[in-house]
Amino acid sequence: MRALAALALCACAAAAAAPPRPEPPLPGTHFLGSDLKALQADDFANPGLLWVARGEALWSEGAKPCAACHGEAARSMRGAAARYPRFDAGLGRVVNLEGRIDACRTGRQGLPAFAPESPERLALAAFVARQSRGMPLAVSVDGPARPVFERGRDLYRTRIGQLNLACTHCHDERWGKTLLAEPISQGHPTAWPAYRVEWQTLGSLQRRLRACFFGVRAAMPDYGDGDLLALELYLAWRGEGLALESPGVRR
Amino acid sequence: MNADERGWAVAGLCVVALGCAPLPARDEQGPLAGAGDAARGRAVFVAREGGHCVLCHAAPGVAVAGDVGPALGGIGSRLTPAQIRFRVVDITRVNPDAVMPAFHRTEGLSRVAAQHAGRPVLSAQQVEDVVAYLATLR
Repeated sequence: MRALAALALCACAAAAAAPPRPEPPLPGTHFLGSDLKALQADDFANPGLLWVARGEALWSEGAKPCAACHGEAARSMRGAAARYPRFDAGLGRVVNLEGRIDACRTGRQGLPAFAPESPERLALAAFVARQSRGMPLAVSVDGPARPVFERGRDLYRTRIGQLNLACTHCHDERWGKTLLAEPISQGHPTAWPAYRVEWQTLGSLQRRLRACFFGVRAAMPDYGDGDLLALELYLAWRGEGLALESPGVRR
Repeated sequence: MNADERGWAVAGLCVVALGCAPLPARDEQGPLAGAGDAARGRAVFVAREGGHCVLCHAAPGVAVAGDVGPALGGIGSRLTPAQIRFRVVDITRVNPDAVMPAFHRTEGLSRVAAQHAGRPVLSAQQVEDVVAYLATLR
Protein backbone atom coordinates (compact mmCIF):
# COMPACT_ATOMS: atom_id res chain seq x y z
CA MET A 1 0.00 0.00 0.00
CA ARG A 2 2.88 2.29 0.86
CA ALA A 3 4.22 1.62 -2.64
CA LEU A 4 0.89 2.63 -4.15
CA ALA A 5 0.83 5.86 -2.20
CA ALA A 6 4.39 6.56 -3.26
CA LEU A 7 3.39 5.84 -6.85
CA ALA A 8 0.60 8.39 -6.61
CA LEU A 9 3.09 10.96 -5.31
CA CYS A 10 5.53 10.08 -8.09
CA ALA A 11 2.81 10.56 -10.69
CA CYS A 12 2.27 14.09 -9.44
CA ALA A 13 6.03 14.75 -9.43
CA ALA A 14 6.33 13.48 -13.00
CA ALA A 15 3.52 15.78 -14.10
CA ALA A 16 5.61 18.66 -12.77
CA ALA A 17 8.67 17.68 -14.86
CA ALA A 18 9.49 19.01 -18.34
CA PRO A 19 6.65 18.29 -20.75
CA PRO A 20 7.44 15.76 -23.46
CA ARG A 21 8.34 17.20 -26.84
CA PRO A 22 5.55 17.17 -29.41
CA GLU A 23 5.40 14.11 -31.65
CA PRO A 24 5.97 14.23 -34.49
CA PRO A 25 8.03 17.44 -34.33
CA LEU A 26 6.77 19.89 -36.96
CA PRO A 27 8.32 23.26 -37.87
CA GLY A 28 6.18 26.39 -37.88
CA THR A 29 6.13 26.24 -41.67
CA HIS A 30 3.86 23.20 -41.41
CA PHE A 31 1.16 25.41 -39.89
CA LEU A 32 1.32 28.15 -42.55
CA GLY A 33 -1.11 28.62 -45.39
CA SER A 34 0.10 27.69 -48.85
CA ASP A 35 0.70 31.36 -49.78
CA LEU A 36 3.17 32.00 -46.95
CA LYS A 37 4.80 28.60 -47.46
CA ALA A 38 5.42 29.56 -51.09
CA LEU A 39 6.70 32.99 -50.08
CA GLN A 40 9.24 31.46 -47.70
CA ALA A 41 10.40 28.87 -50.20
CA ASP A 42 11.03 31.32 -53.05
CA ASP A 43 14.37 33.11 -52.64
CA PHE A 44 13.30 35.78 -55.11
CA ALA A 45 10.07 36.53 -53.22
CA ASN A 46 11.00 35.89 -49.57
CA PRO A 47 11.37 39.40 -48.06
CA GLY A 48 13.90 38.07 -45.53
CA LEU A 49 16.45 37.73 -48.30
CA LEU A 50 16.71 41.55 -48.41
CA TRP A 51 18.14 41.44 -44.89
CA VAL A 52 20.41 38.54 -45.79
CA ALA A 53 21.83 40.60 -48.69
CA ARG A 54 22.36 43.57 -46.36
CA GLY A 55 24.08 41.28 -43.86
CA GLU A 56 26.35 39.91 -46.54
CA ALA A 57 27.48 43.46 -47.34
CA LEU A 58 27.99 44.28 -43.63
CA TRP A 59 30.12 41.16 -43.25
CA SER A 60 32.88 42.81 -45.28
CA GLU A 61 32.33 46.47 -44.35
CA GLY A 62 34.44 48.72 -42.13
CA ALA A 63 38.03 48.93 -40.95
CA LYS A 64 37.86 45.62 -39.08
CA PRO A 65 35.13 43.66 -40.82
CA CYS A 66 33.77 40.29 -39.71
CA ALA A 67 35.49 38.81 -42.73
CA ALA A 68 38.92 39.87 -41.43
CA CYS A 69 38.69 37.18 -38.72
CA HIS A 70 36.06 34.79 -40.08
CA GLY A 71 36.83 34.83 -43.78
CA GLU A 72 34.17 33.47 -46.04
CA ALA A 73 30.95 33.07 -44.08
CA ALA A 74 29.73 30.18 -46.21
CA ARG A 75 32.57 28.16 -44.73
CA SER A 76 33.23 29.66 -41.29
CA MET A 77 29.61 30.20 -40.26
CA ARG A 78 28.22 26.96 -41.64
CA GLY A 79 26.25 25.31 -38.83
CA ALA A 80 27.04 28.04 -36.30
CA ALA A 81 23.47 29.31 -35.88
CA ALA A 82 22.21 25.77 -35.22
CA ARG A 83 24.35 25.67 -32.06
CA TYR A 84 23.05 28.90 -30.50
CA PRO A 85 22.25 29.88 -27.78
CA ARG A 86 25.41 28.42 -26.29
CA PHE A 87 27.83 28.94 -23.44
CA ASP A 88 30.67 31.17 -24.60
CA ALA A 89 33.78 30.39 -22.57
CA GLY A 90 35.44 33.70 -23.44
CA LEU A 91 32.45 35.68 -22.24
CA GLY A 92 31.68 33.33 -19.37
CA ARG A 93 27.95 33.28 -20.12
CA VAL A 94 25.31 31.87 -22.44
CA VAL A 95 24.66 34.07 -25.49
CA ASN A 96 22.35 33.83 -28.45
CA LEU A 97 23.49 34.52 -32.00
CA GLU A 98 22.72 38.24 -31.79
CA GLY A 99 24.53 38.42 -28.46
CA ARG A 100 27.58 36.79 -30.00
CA ILE A 101 27.52 39.34 -32.82
CA ASP A 102 27.30 42.14 -30.22
CA ALA A 103 30.30 40.67 -28.39
CA CYS A 104 32.31 40.67 -31.62
CA ARG A 105 31.31 44.28 -32.29
CA THR A 106 32.28 45.59 -28.87
CA GLY A 107 35.15 43.23 -28.08
CA ARG A 108 36.93 42.58 -31.36
CA GLN A 109 35.86 45.38 -33.65
CA GLY A 110 35.84 48.19 -31.10
CA LEU A 111 32.41 49.29 -32.26
CA PRO A 112 29.22 49.99 -30.31
CA ALA A 113 26.76 47.10 -30.13
CA PHE A 114 23.80 47.31 -32.47
CA ALA A 115 20.47 48.26 -30.91
CA PRO A 116 18.00 45.38 -30.46
CA GLU A 117 15.93 44.86 -33.63
CA SER A 118 18.04 47.39 -35.56
CA PRO A 119 18.19 46.62 -39.27
CA GLU A 120 21.94 45.98 -39.07
CA ARG A 121 21.73 43.53 -36.20
CA LEU A 122 18.89 41.64 -37.87
CA ALA A 123 20.73 41.69 -41.20
CA LEU A 124 23.93 40.20 -39.80
CA ALA A 125 22.02 37.62 -37.76
CA ALA A 126 19.95 36.66 -40.81
CA PHE A 127 23.08 36.39 -42.96
CA VAL A 128 24.84 34.18 -40.43
CA ALA A 129 21.72 32.07 -39.81
CA ARG A 130 21.32 31.62 -43.55
CA GLN A 131 24.63 29.74 -43.59
CA SER A 132 22.93 27.01 -41.51
CA ARG A 133 19.76 26.73 -43.53
CA GLY A 134 18.62 23.12 -43.64
CA MET A 135 20.92 22.08 -40.80
CA PRO A 136 19.41 20.51 -37.67
CA LEU A 137 19.13 22.44 -34.41
CA ALA A 138 21.74 21.01 -32.04
CA VAL A 139 22.37 23.01 -28.88
CA SER A 140 24.18 21.90 -25.75
CA VAL A 141 22.30 22.22 -22.48
CA ASP A 142 24.92 20.60 -20.28
CA GLY A 143 27.65 22.08 -18.10
CA PRO A 144 27.48 25.83 -17.63
CA ALA A 145 24.43 26.09 -19.94
CA ARG A 146 22.38 23.86 -17.63
CA PRO A 147 21.05 26.53 -15.23
CA VAL A 148 19.94 28.68 -18.18
CA PHE A 149 18.23 25.69 -19.77
CA GLU A 150 16.43 24.86 -16.53
CA ARG A 151 15.30 28.45 -16.11
CA GLY A 152 13.82 28.36 -19.60
CA ARG A 153 12.21 24.97 -19.06
CA ASP A 154 10.59 26.16 -15.84
CA LEU A 155 9.37 29.43 -17.30
CA TYR A 156 7.95 27.55 -20.30
CA ARG A 157 5.47 25.82 -18.05
CA THR A 158 4.76 28.69 -15.66
CA ARG A 159 1.38 30.37 -15.93
CA ILE A 160 1.83 34.10 -16.43
CA GLY A 161 -0.15 37.23 -17.21
CA GLN A 162 -3.73 38.27 -16.72
CA LEU A 163 -4.75 35.39 -19.01
CA ASN A 164 -2.79 32.99 -16.78
CA LEU A 165 -1.30 30.80 -19.51
CA ALA A 166 1.98 28.93 -19.87
CA CYS A 167 3.69 28.21 -23.20
CA THR A 168 3.10 24.51 -22.69
CA HIS A 169 -0.69 24.89 -22.62
CA CYS A 170 -0.81 25.89 -26.28
CA HIS A 171 2.37 24.57 -27.84
CA ASP A 172 2.57 21.13 -26.21
CA GLU A 173 -1.02 20.33 -25.37
CA ARG A 174 -3.02 22.07 -28.10
CA TRP A 175 -0.91 22.48 -31.21
CA GLY A 176 -2.91 21.94 -34.37
CA LYS A 177 -6.08 23.39 -32.84
CA THR A 178 -7.11 26.82 -34.02
CA LEU A 179 -7.37 30.25 -32.42
CA LEU A 180 -10.02 31.93 -34.55
CA ALA A 181 -8.85 30.58 -37.92
CA GLU A 182 -5.13 30.27 -37.11
CA PRO A 183 -3.62 26.92 -36.20
CA ILE A 184 -1.46 26.78 -33.08
CA SER A 185 2.10 25.74 -33.92
CA GLN A 186 4.43 23.62 -31.83
CA GLY A 187 6.47 26.72 -31.07
CA HIS A 188 9.77 25.63 -32.59
CA PRO A 189 12.35 28.38 -33.16
CA THR A 190 13.64 27.32 -36.59
CA ALA A 191 12.61 30.38 -38.64
CA TRP A 192 14.30 33.24 -36.80
CA PRO A 193 15.13 35.92 -37.64
CA ALA A 194 11.91 35.73 -39.65
CA TYR A 195 9.78 38.06 -41.71
CA ARG A 196 6.47 38.33 -39.88
CA VAL A 197 3.53 39.58 -41.91
CA GLU A 198 1.93 41.13 -38.82
CA TRP A 199 5.09 43.25 -38.35
CA GLN A 200 5.74 43.87 -42.04
CA THR A 201 9.42 43.44 -41.25
CA LEU A 202 12.07 41.00 -40.11
CA GLY A 203 12.28 40.35 -36.38
CA SER A 204 14.20 38.25 -33.89
CA LEU A 205 12.98 35.30 -31.85
CA GLN A 206 13.10 37.57 -28.78
CA ARG A 207 10.67 39.95 -30.45
CA ARG A 208 8.37 37.01 -31.16
CA LEU A 209 8.60 35.79 -27.57
CA ARG A 210 7.83 39.28 -26.28
CA ALA A 211 4.70 39.20 -28.43
CA CYS A 212 3.63 36.03 -26.62
CA PHE A 213 4.12 37.76 -23.25
CA PHE A 214 2.03 40.64 -24.55
CA GLY A 215 -0.61 38.22 -25.80
CA VAL A 216 -1.17 36.67 -22.39
CA ARG A 217 -1.09 40.18 -20.89
CA ALA A 218 2.14 39.61 -18.97
CA ALA A 219 4.89 42.18 -18.44
CA MET A 220 7.24 41.93 -21.43
CA PRO A 221 10.90 41.25 -20.54
CA ASP A 222 13.38 43.69 -22.06
CA TYR A 223 15.43 42.59 -25.05
CA GLY A 224 18.41 40.62 -23.81
CA ASP A 225 16.66 39.72 -20.54
CA GLY A 226 17.73 36.44 -18.99
CA ASP A 227 14.21 35.06 -19.21
CA LEU A 228 14.11 35.49 -22.99
CA LEU A 229 17.56 33.99 -23.43
CA ALA A 230 16.59 31.04 -21.22
CA LEU A 231 13.43 30.46 -23.24
CA GLU A 232 15.45 30.61 -26.46
CA LEU A 233 17.79 27.91 -25.20
CA TYR A 234 14.95 25.73 -23.97
CA LEU A 235 13.11 26.08 -27.28
CA ALA A 236 16.24 25.25 -29.28
CA TRP A 237 16.70 22.10 -27.19
CA ARG A 238 13.05 21.24 -27.57
CA GLY A 239 13.30 21.62 -31.36
CA GLU A 240 16.47 19.52 -31.60
CA GLY A 241 16.87 17.92 -35.01
CA LEU A 242 14.51 20.27 -36.84
CA ALA A 243 16.08 22.07 -39.79
CA LEU A 244 16.86 25.78 -39.58
CA GLU A 245 14.78 27.79 -42.06
CA SER A 246 15.90 31.37 -41.48
CA PRO A 247 14.89 33.70 -42.97
CA GLY A 248 11.45 32.20 -42.39
CA VAL A 249 8.12 33.81 -43.15
CA ARG A 250 5.49 33.80 -40.42
CA ARG A 251 2.01 35.23 -39.94
CA MET B 1 -4.40 -4.62 5.03
CA ASN B 2 -3.70 -3.35 8.56
CA ALA B 3 -4.74 0.04 9.94
CA ASP B 4 -1.42 1.61 9.04
CA GLU B 5 -1.69 0.38 5.46
CA ARG B 6 -5.25 1.63 5.21
CA GLY B 7 -4.01 5.03 6.34
CA TRP B 8 -1.48 5.08 3.52
CA ALA B 9 -4.11 3.97 1.06
CA VAL B 10 -6.36 6.85 2.06
CA ALA B 11 -3.42 9.26 1.85
CA GLY B 12 -2.62 7.94 -1.61
CA LEU B 13 -6.20 8.31 -2.76
CA CYS B 14 -6.30 11.86 -1.43
CA VAL B 15 -3.19 12.71 -3.40
CA VAL B 16 -4.74 11.20 -6.51
CA ALA B 17 -8.01 13.02 -5.90
CA LEU B 18 -6.26 16.37 -5.40
CA GLY B 19 -4.25 15.85 -8.55
CA CYS B 20 -7.27 14.90 -10.58
CA ALA B 21 -9.49 17.91 -9.97
CA PRO B 22 -12.54 16.78 -8.01
CA LEU B 23 -15.71 18.52 -9.12
CA PRO B 24 -16.75 21.03 -6.49
CA ALA B 25 -19.87 20.17 -4.58
CA ARG B 26 -21.21 23.60 -5.52
CA ASP B 27 -20.76 25.02 -8.99
CA GLU B 28 -23.12 27.96 -9.00
CA GLN B 29 -22.63 31.65 -8.37
CA GLY B 30 -25.13 34.46 -7.95
CA PRO B 31 -25.17 37.70 -9.99
CA LEU B 32 -22.19 40.03 -9.67
CA ALA B 33 -24.03 43.09 -11.00
CA GLY B 34 -27.34 44.20 -12.46
CA ALA B 35 -29.20 42.11 -15.01
CA GLY B 36 -27.12 41.16 -18.02
CA ASP B 37 -27.88 42.20 -21.57
CA ALA B 38 -27.56 39.39 -24.12
CA ALA B 39 -26.83 41.71 -27.06
CA ARG B 40 -24.00 43.40 -25.17
CA GLY B 41 -22.87 39.96 -24.06
CA ARG B 42 -22.56 38.80 -27.65
CA ALA B 43 -20.33 41.80 -28.32
CA VAL B 44 -18.17 40.85 -25.32
CA PHE B 45 -18.05 37.30 -26.68
CA VAL B 46 -16.63 38.28 -30.07
CA ALA B 47 -14.68 41.51 -29.44
CA ARG B 48 -10.93 41.33 -29.13
CA GLU B 49 -11.01 44.06 -26.48
CA GLY B 50 -13.86 42.22 -24.71
CA GLY B 51 -13.68 38.60 -23.67
CA HIS B 52 -12.70 37.47 -27.16
CA CYS B 53 -14.26 34.11 -26.24
CA VAL B 54 -14.58 33.41 -29.98
CA LEU B 55 -10.82 32.94 -30.12
CA CYS B 56 -11.38 29.47 -28.64
CA HIS B 57 -15.15 28.80 -28.69
CA ALA B 58 -17.57 28.40 -31.57
CA ALA B 59 -21.15 29.56 -31.08
CA PRO B 60 -24.25 29.56 -33.30
CA GLY B 61 -24.24 32.53 -35.65
CA VAL B 62 -20.55 33.30 -35.14
CA ALA B 63 -18.83 32.91 -38.51
CA VAL B 64 -15.17 32.36 -37.57
CA ALA B 65 -14.19 30.78 -34.28
CA GLY B 66 -11.41 28.72 -32.75
CA ASP B 67 -11.71 25.17 -31.49
CA VAL B 68 -9.43 25.16 -28.44
CA GLY B 69 -12.48 25.09 -26.17
CA PRO B 70 -15.81 23.31 -26.70
CA ALA B 71 -18.45 24.74 -29.04
CA LEU B 72 -21.04 26.50 -26.92
CA GLY B 73 -24.22 25.81 -28.90
CA GLY B 74 -26.79 24.50 -26.41
CA ILE B 75 -24.81 25.65 -23.35
CA GLY B 76 -27.92 27.47 -22.10
CA SER B 77 -29.77 24.16 -22.00
CA ARG B 78 -26.99 22.25 -20.31
CA LEU B 79 -26.11 24.78 -17.61
CA THR B 80 -28.07 27.30 -15.56
CA PRO B 81 -27.01 30.96 -15.65
CA ALA B 82 -25.56 30.50 -12.15
CA GLN B 83 -23.46 27.57 -13.38
CA ILE B 84 -22.31 29.48 -16.47
CA ARG B 85 -21.35 32.45 -14.26
CA PHE B 86 -19.41 30.16 -11.91
CA ARG B 87 -17.33 28.95 -14.89
CA VAL B 88 -16.81 32.32 -16.56
CA VAL B 89 -15.64 33.95 -13.32
CA ASP B 90 -13.01 31.28 -12.62
CA ILE B 91 -13.02 28.03 -14.58
CA THR B 92 -10.20 26.64 -12.45
CA ARG B 93 -12.80 26.07 -9.73
CA VAL B 94 -14.19 23.35 -12.02
CA ASN B 95 -10.92 22.25 -13.62
CA PRO B 96 -7.58 23.41 -12.16
CA ASP B 97 -5.78 22.46 -15.39
CA ALA B 98 -8.08 24.50 -17.62
CA VAL B 99 -6.45 26.88 -20.10
CA MET B 100 -9.43 29.20 -20.14
CA PRO B 101 -8.55 32.39 -18.27
CA ALA B 102 -10.37 33.20 -15.06
CA PHE B 103 -12.31 36.16 -16.41
CA HIS B 104 -13.18 37.80 -13.12
CA ARG B 105 -10.34 36.99 -10.76
CA THR B 106 -7.31 39.10 -9.88
CA GLU B 107 -5.56 37.01 -7.22
CA GLY B 108 -3.13 34.16 -7.79
CA LEU B 109 -1.73 35.58 -11.03
CA SER B 110 1.92 36.33 -11.75
CA ARG B 111 3.78 38.80 -13.95
CA VAL B 112 0.62 40.62 -14.97
CA ALA B 113 1.39 43.58 -17.26
CA ALA B 114 1.13 46.92 -15.43
CA GLN B 115 -1.85 48.11 -17.47
CA HIS B 116 -3.85 45.02 -16.45
CA ALA B 117 -2.61 44.60 -12.86
CA GLY B 118 -5.35 44.36 -10.27
CA ARG B 119 -8.05 44.33 -12.93
CA PRO B 120 -10.09 41.33 -14.00
CA VAL B 121 -10.33 40.51 -17.72
CA LEU B 122 -14.06 41.24 -17.63
CA SER B 123 -15.90 43.64 -15.35
CA ALA B 124 -18.77 42.39 -13.22
CA GLN B 125 -21.26 43.86 -15.69
CA GLN B 126 -19.46 42.26 -18.66
CA VAL B 127 -19.66 38.90 -16.90
CA GLU B 128 -23.40 39.37 -16.43
CA ASP B 129 -23.79 40.36 -20.08
CA VAL B 130 -21.88 37.35 -21.39
CA VAL B 131 -23.79 35.04 -19.05
CA ALA B 132 -27.06 36.48 -20.38
CA TYR B 133 -25.85 35.85 -23.95
CA LEU B 134 -24.69 32.29 -23.28
CA ALA B 135 -28.00 31.50 -21.54
CA THR B 136 -29.74 32.26 -24.86
CA LEU B 137 -27.77 29.50 -26.63
CA ARG B 138 -30.28 26.72 -26.23
